[in-house]
Amino acid sequence: MNNSVSPHNSLVSVKNLSFSRGNKKIFNDISLEFERGKITAIMGPSGTGKTTLLKLIGGQLLPEQGFINVDGNDVHRLRRSDLFDLRKRMGMLFQSGALLTDMNVFDNVAFPLREHTKLPESMIRTLVLMKLQAVGLRGARNLMPNELSGGMARRIALARAIALDPMMIMYDEPFTGQDPISKGALVHLIKSLNTILGLTSIIVSHDVQETAAIADYIYVLSDGKVVGQGTPKEIEQSDSDWVQQFMTGAADGPAHFHYPARDYVDDLLSTGKRY
Amino acid sequence: MQHTNTQDTLVGLFVASGIVGLFFLAMQVSNLSSFTENESYTITARFENSGGLKVKSLVSAAGVKIGKVSAISFDPKTYESVVQLNIESKYNTLPDDTTASVFTAGLLGEQYVNLEPGGSSDYLKNGGKIEITQSAIILEKALGQFLFKSAEEKK
Amino acid sequence: MIEFLQHLGKETHTSFTKLGRGTYFLLQTLNGIVSVVTRPRLLINQLYSVGVLSFLIITISGLFVGMVLGLQGYYILSDFGADETLGVMVAASLVRELGPVVSALLFAGRAGSALTAEIGLMKATEQLSGMEMMAVDPIKRIISPRFLAGIISMPLLAALFSAVGIIGGQIIGSGLLGVDEGAYWSQMQAKIDFQDDIINGIIKSLVFGFVASWIALFEGYDAIPTSEGVSRATTRTVVNSAFSILGLDFILTALMFGDN
Repeated sequence: MNNSVSPHNSLVSVKNLSFSRGNKKIFNDISLEFERGKITAIMGPSGTGKTTLLKLIGGQLLPEQGFINVDGNDVHRLRRSDLFDLRKRMGMLFQSGALLTDMNVFDNVAFPLREHTKLPESMIRTLVLMKLQAVGLRGARNLMPNELSGGMARRIALARAIALDPMMIMYDEPFTGQDPISKGALVHLIKSLNTILGLTSIIVSHDVQETAAIADYIYVLSDGKVVGQGTPKEIEQSDSDWVQQFMTGAADGPAHFHYPARDYVDDLLSTGKRY
Repeated sequence: MQHTNTQDTLVGLFVASGIVGLFFLAMQVSNLSSFTENESYTITARFENSGGLKVKSLVSAAGVKIGKVSAISFDPKTYESVVQLNIESKYNTLPDDTTASVFTAGLLGEQYVNLEPGGSSDYLKNGGKIEITQSAIILEKALGQFLFKSAEEKK
Repeated sequence: MIEFLQHLGKETHTSFTKLGRGTYFLLQTLNGIVSVVTRPRLLINQLYSVGVLSFLIITISGLFVGMVLGLQGYYILSDFGADETLGVMVAASLVRELGPVVSALLFAGRAGSALTAEIGLMKATEQLSGMEMMAVDPIKRIISPRFLAGIISMPLLAALFSAVGIIGGQIIGSGLLGVDEGAYWSQMQAKIDFQDDIINGIIKSLVFGFVASWIALFEGYDAIPTSEGVSRATTRTVVNSAFSILGLDFILTALMFGDN
């Protein structure tokens, strides 16, 4: 236990976390620190439970072991109403955007304000337009979610996530499936929101370049373990084969190209019986 | 906002038409409008045999419905059927020598109580008794007697 | 054989687990109804999609069912010279049975499947999860208003179904086949009891509305969040609702009309 290394200035700290789904161990005793005001990235191949980690931090899933501390609160031991109060200060950007499909863009961004505040409609309008302006989509306020491109939907969702002026935002795969221009816009937005609003950002991603460009600190996960951590520069120069393979995108390496199977020649020469 | 307005109107129309439907069922289809429990008085009649008479069977006079049967019980001492009749309050001028009979509406129809007013100038009051009664005609019994008779005649 | 028993045991276990989840879900939903009362706007929106959108199918079906009852009833009753009791037959079958049952089945097919698909898709597109992360309880915000709207709509729809059906029976019976119109209504009024028939019919439809809404919402909420999972959940909603409605109808009928 290295509780002594404890955070000079952590907003979120994950300690000795274990979590499994069925028989598969998704996290095996991992500890992570997320510093205030910084952009911290969690990287790793698909299926390493990065989204699960965000859900654990948001208190939507319960860990088997270990605990998660957000701004001095042990997330999984909070009462439900306190957890909801904490969530008002946490924004989350889902991979799909998770916009409410039966409302237009304006109402989507206004949704958290209308649910949690008793502000007059004129004030809500001002706030919503400000948030939409921040993501550059003030002109799209009357569109319905199904009329938006994937990148626009994510930017709207971002405007919604910052509607209540949270202390932190969690981004779930913000760059996946975006064209280069959208990616660029999102990279720019995440960076500038972080500095202008003084947010703490947690990015979960497997897009190496974009993430490395804006992250202050990176954790690389594989098989439920932290296999590498450090600033983007340190990660780039890491001597771990695994981290190197992930960062450069080599087809074969410690992570094998082939799914486990019996010997190729044997397989070809066998009788073709099902086994 | 235009959208929500029409939506509100439609919801209003829906709820209103549903209530109209309920009202229609209550007033036009059921007996709620024609008969209410509280405006009635009770009299009893004893029958040797009340046949297929049931609670809620009709009570009529001169072919008009004036009330209904509210209870039927068996008196273990006199071996009679004690039938309570709820008569609507507005028909409060039934003479105390009224005759009650159990009739059948049509050959296979429901059985009902028919009241035939007598000539007395005293009226039946709440809790009053009808003295003169005529039992139900039991079809099996009548048929049996008829067959028995015709068999005897043939001898 | 052992495999079969294992399979059986596993199936039983999963269905009990599901029933447990469903009950917990129902309790949460009922708990959330309190907060719906303070926000009638949510309820009105749902009354629109649950009630108003089922209005047409219910009234048209009711009209046709009533007309068929009028036709069939007339041919049977006139054999016994009892065609004047057509009104009684039409009204009793509609008010006691067909009104609540058929409108509940139509409701499960029209509104129930739509609810399951809607909730399931909201789950699949992370909208429910997203709401939770915005500190909004999706049960209170999404589920409870729909549940309440279902319970309110069902008796109204059943009453409409019966009312329209009785009028349909009258159109055929006295308009086309020559049953005396006065006899149609007066015989009906004499025989249909407010307490025993109308109120019991309303109680039935309340129960059906409760069950059909519960099943539809739970299947959506419990669906596997993929397109295939949602489409299966929608099918399950219609099948399970139909079973539950018909089964409950038997039990309720035995309880209500059993003693006379």
